[in-house]
Amino acid sequence: MYKLKEFKIKWGMVIDLDKCTGCGACMISCQAENNMAPMPDATDKMYSLTWMLVYRLTNGKSFPDHDVAYLPRPCVQCGNPNCVPVCPVIATTKDEEGGIVSQISPRCIGCRYCMAACPYHSRYFNWHDPVWPQGMEKTLTPFTSTRPRGVVEKCHYCHHRFKAAKEKARYDGRDPMKLGEDDYIPACAENCPTGAITFGDLKNPEHKVAQLAKSPYAFRLLERLGTDPQLYYMSKREWVRRQGDNYLEHEPTKGV
Amino acid sequence: MFDKEWLPEGVERCSFGKFVVWIGFLVVFVLMGVYASYVVWSQGLITTGLNNYFAFGLWIVFDLAVIALGAGAFFSGFLTYILRIDQLKNIINLAVIVGFVCYSGAMIILTLEVGQPLRAWFGYWHPNVHSMLTEVIFCITCYLIVLIIEFIPLILENRKLNKVRFLHHLAHNFHVYMPLFAGIGTFLSFFHQGSLGGMYGVLFSQPFAYREGFFIWPWTFFLFVASAIASGPAFTMLVATSMEKITGRKLVDFKTKALLGKIAGSLLVFYLFFKILDTWHWAMQTLPRMGLTFSQVYNEVYGTWLLWLELGICGVIPAVLLVVPKFRNQPGLLYLGAILACIGVVVNRFVFTVQTLAHPVMPFDTWQVYVPAWTEWMTCIEVTAYCILIISLSYRYLPVFPQERRLNG
Ligand code: SF4
Ligand code: SF4
Repeated sequence: MYKLKEFKIKWGMVIDLDKCTGCGACMISCQAENNMAPMPDATDKMYSLTWMLVYRLTNGKSFPDHDVAYLPRPCVQCGNPNCVPVCPVIATTKDEEGGIVSQISPRCIGCRYCMAACPYHSRYFNWHDPVWPQGMEKTLTPFTSTRPRGVVEKCHYCHHRFKAAKEKARYDGRDPMKLGEDDYIPACAENCPTGAITFGDLKNPEHKVAQLAKSPYAFRLLERLGTDPQLYYMSKREWVRRQGDNYLEHEPTKGV
Repeated sequence: MFDKEWLPEGVERCSFGKFVVWIGFLVVFVLMGVYASYVVWSQGLITTGLNNYFAFGLWIVFDLAVIALGAGAFFSGFLTYILRIDQLKNIINLAVIVGFVCYSGAMIILTLEVGQPLRAWFGYWHPNVHSMLTEVIFCITCYLIVLIIEFIPLILENRKLNKVRFLHHLAHNFHVYMPLFAGIGTFLSFFHQGSLGGMYGVLFSQPFAYREGFFIWPWTFFLFVASAIASGPAFTMLVATSMEKITGRKLVDFKTKALLGKIAGSLLVFYLFFKILDTWHWAMQTLPRMGLTFSQVYNEVYGTWLLWLELGICGVIPAVLLVVPKFRNQPGLLYLGAILACIGVVVNRFVFTVQTLAHPVMPFDTWQVYVPAWTEWMTCIEVTAYCILIISLSYRYLPVFPQERRLNG
């Protein structure tokens, strides 16, 4: 149906769950960076709009064995995204060098088929008209479009920053296809106070993500479904890795 | 009677006043639905029970269900005009009308479904050839046009209209080409019924819906076709029977109804055989490969009871009732079998859409329950009232049932 596309550059993330404290800085940076209007009721998770969501995981044991981990979840940028082939109007695609799954809001008809397809709940429907409190328009990011009510949106690894980085490289006389690790970095990764989020090209052995992704502690969410995410997680705790995918009781955990 | 000369020749109808009251009753529900639609269009989908978890809900279930139940139109057309089962001529007009109302009703609901209704035409303008939904959009539109073409000659046969020479000939010409339209309708219908199933079967990241299959088609593609052609004829037969009960007149002979029951029953057996195999393969192979067990994809609300209801009570039981002549030939059991078969297809469409989304795919995620809002209920009731309205008007003014005069003579 849909052929897996290979890219020379594959932007990816590695999030170290042992470092994440669940502070939510990534969520807030994402909302500010990508022009998300305040929700009428942001506590209602059934209607909130947040491309980056921090989940709370527990090992289910009681004190003193109780343990908690926080798992930030942007769009995992599937290598084989289920959301793309289902969209009837090609409002979402994965074809730009870098392998980021784009979302074209002026084309989206709001059928929500892609939401049904995404197992990570990474896609959000605009339930409300975006309304910013007076004066807040000065803080909007000029390079990111705002989205109207009735369309679906999602994280795109702050794509405008990617474009700006390429432009800067061109201006500086460098090859825009050979960006350095620090040239392009999404808002969440930049603002994470514990440095839990690392960003870079998964195919470039000089980038830290490429090395981290190979760690025995690295895993991806729901790997066996075949979505081939470009987002890796890391944890030394086995129970955390086990919660990354649906394991049957007798199945051994991936990694060490 | 005020409208006497518009009624078909030689049949009896209730008084015009009584008919107006009946229509008025239906119009009230239509208007309430129009108000609900206005609320949805003006305030957006936040007025529905849909949310971040349930991108699809009652409307999709309603759409899929009426499209399956409306399959009586294409399938009866296929049997009548292409396989030439002459006896079905007694009910083919009704089948076409039921098909028309079901499909046009689904279209009305679809305009509410999309978050950006004014962009709905993008589906034709920027089609994604990989998307099953694109195929559905194109096929349903074309098939609705075919249904309109099939409905027109029947309208032209109205006693008064048929007196106009031009219209009379036009109706005749339409009739001559009917097998061609029946053929086109069958082809289109086959594909969109299948694509509707395919829409869920291709969700390879939703373990509850995902099915393997044949080339690009998941098994659900074929199962949806089979379940639709099994329940469609049963539904047409039930509509005819309800009309008889309401009007107090005999409209279709029992032999024709039993034949429809037999057709529905045989197809139901065929469908169930593959559906049970498919469910078994899914539970034993597909789910464990995705790291899940059968019991994990059901919970207290969306429990296995749905599966037993769908395949047992509304699957095996109606199949037996409709296939065994001894049962089928008793009106009560025939109708019961047909009702159960229709409920079965609705349950099937429900689990594929709503339960698929209720089930948490990520291990740390939670089950959710979907409750439709009044706007969704009201619009579904509106469309149902609209369907009954069109059928009522057709019954009163058009010669729908060729046997009516003889049976009540
Ligand atoms: S909601 Fe928008 S992006 Fe998603 S499938 Fe529909 S049209 Fe495509
Ligand atoms: S995580 Fe969801 S939205 Fe992102 S690419 Fe994968 S399927 Fe699409």
